Amino acid sequence: MKLILHIWRQKDPQSPGKMVRYEVQNVNEHMSFLEMLDVLNEDLISRNEDPVAFDHDCREGICGSCGFMINGIAHGPQRGTTVCQLHMRHFKDGQELWLEPWRAQAFPVLKDLIVDRSAFDRIIAAGGYVSVNTGGAPEANSLPVEKTKADLAMDAAQCIGCGACVAACPNASASLFTAAKISHLALLPQAQAERERRALNMVAQMQAELFGACTNHGECEAVCPKEIKLENIARMNREFIRAACLHREPARETGGA
Amino acid sequence: MATVAINQEAERTITFYRSAVGKKVVMAVTGFLLFGFIVMHLIGNLLIYLPKDSNGQWPIDVYAAQLHAIPELLWSARIILLVAVILHIVAAWQLSVLNKLEARKQGYVRWTPVASSYASRTMVWSGPIILLYVIYHLLDLTFGAFNPGFEFGQVHRNIVASFTRPPVAAFYIIANLCLAFHLYHGLWSMCQSVGIAHPRYTPVLKMASKVIAVAIGIGFCSIPLAVVSGLVR
Repeated sequence: MKLILHIWRQKDPQSPGKMVRYEVQNVNEHMSFLEMLDVLNEDLISRNEDPVAFDHDCREGICGSCGFMINGIAHGPQRGTTVCQLHMRHFKDGQELWLEPWRAQAFPVLKDLIVDRSAFDRIIAAGGYVSVNTGGAPEANSLPVEKTKADLAMDAAQCIGCGACVAACPNASASLFTAAKISHLALLPQAQAERERRALNMVAQMQAELFGACTNHGECEAVCPKEIKLENIARMNREFIRAACLHREPARETGGA
Repeated sequence: MATVAINQEAERTITFYRSAVGKKVVMAVTGFLLFGFIVMHLIGNLLIYLPKDSNGQWPIDVYAAQLHAIPELLWSARIILLVAVILHIVAAWQLSVLNKLEARKQGYVRWTPVASSYASRTMVWSGPIILLYVIYHLLDLTFGAFNPGFEFGQVHRNIVASFTRPPVAAFYIIANLCLAFHLYHGLWSMCQSVGIAHPRYTPVLKMASKVIAVAIGIGFCSIPLAVVSGLVR
């Protein structure tokens, strides 16, 4: 099959970019979307042109490296799928596709379809961790975790941090990402020591990165390759309200968890 | 010591409000107050459909007189609503600046909605239209500035005088459709913003929001329609 692609080409963060039209011949329907771009890039390299830069790593849908907009939908039309697991059989011969990088002030474009997502790392660093004792691993099951809570925490922990939620959000909000990380920990007994500080600091960091506010559109949930639920954002809001009410400044600078 | 405690409390409130999540909580709570007012206002307004009572008075005029009977209560309610309106608008304004102007300066060439509703995407437009409408509405039926032959307390007469002008009736209908759209998204949204979400209740809340929004839209739009069509005179 043949495809007509309009791809955002941008040399570096400083240069202005533009959409460039490409035609890709000999696309096999069993190729993944990234393999189709590999074919295009082989062709571009043979013509001494700059290949299209895109992020990728595992190509198994689990690492969170890949992702861009296909016809205005993050990760393309297939639900619960990253672009590396999106196969060309979902497209028609001769179809025109518009490929753009994630757009958010907090995600500056580095080159073509690659954006800098280190804002996510800084949100995690602000509170997405637990304090554990060093030494030998604790006895398994020594800490009881309610089954339903363990399942909910696991669902939230599925987030691979790809950034599709931000890209799809009309407000470029990172609420679903931050909510998944807060939920994943807030539900577990191991993470109670930092509970209030985590909610306050991660929400504050999200805003410091200039991500927008959640207005409950639900676009993020619809494009999330791991199908993280909007319910997590409600949990983040609860955690934030709870923490804002309960949090106390430490009496001394040192000590405590 | 006391000053320090107060300062800490103030600081905590400011930190809460400074956060986008905190602003959304403020919008949800004030939105809920305004929704409460709208429900009471609609119930009161529907009295227009009742015929004159045994004393030859319109029930809506009697109701209005009762509302004005205790000025302390009336003004408490008015002040609470005014504060709610101001907070709702200021928070909406600040969040919109962040969402629409700052968070994504370079937009998409193509963006396809997959889950959001028309109502959710137009909150930023339905809101200001409702504000303009409320200002007109107050000048029309509370202060009487835009009402031909306005008489204080003669609610039935004033409503009929206002809505017999088709452009005014049309404006009221458009504004109330905006209100219905605003509530269609807003009612469920306020639950989510304060953290009320559960697989058991969320579908019910979403459905209830839509039903209530449509009912309120029909209720308010029916009044200008009834006057224009001559049903209420």
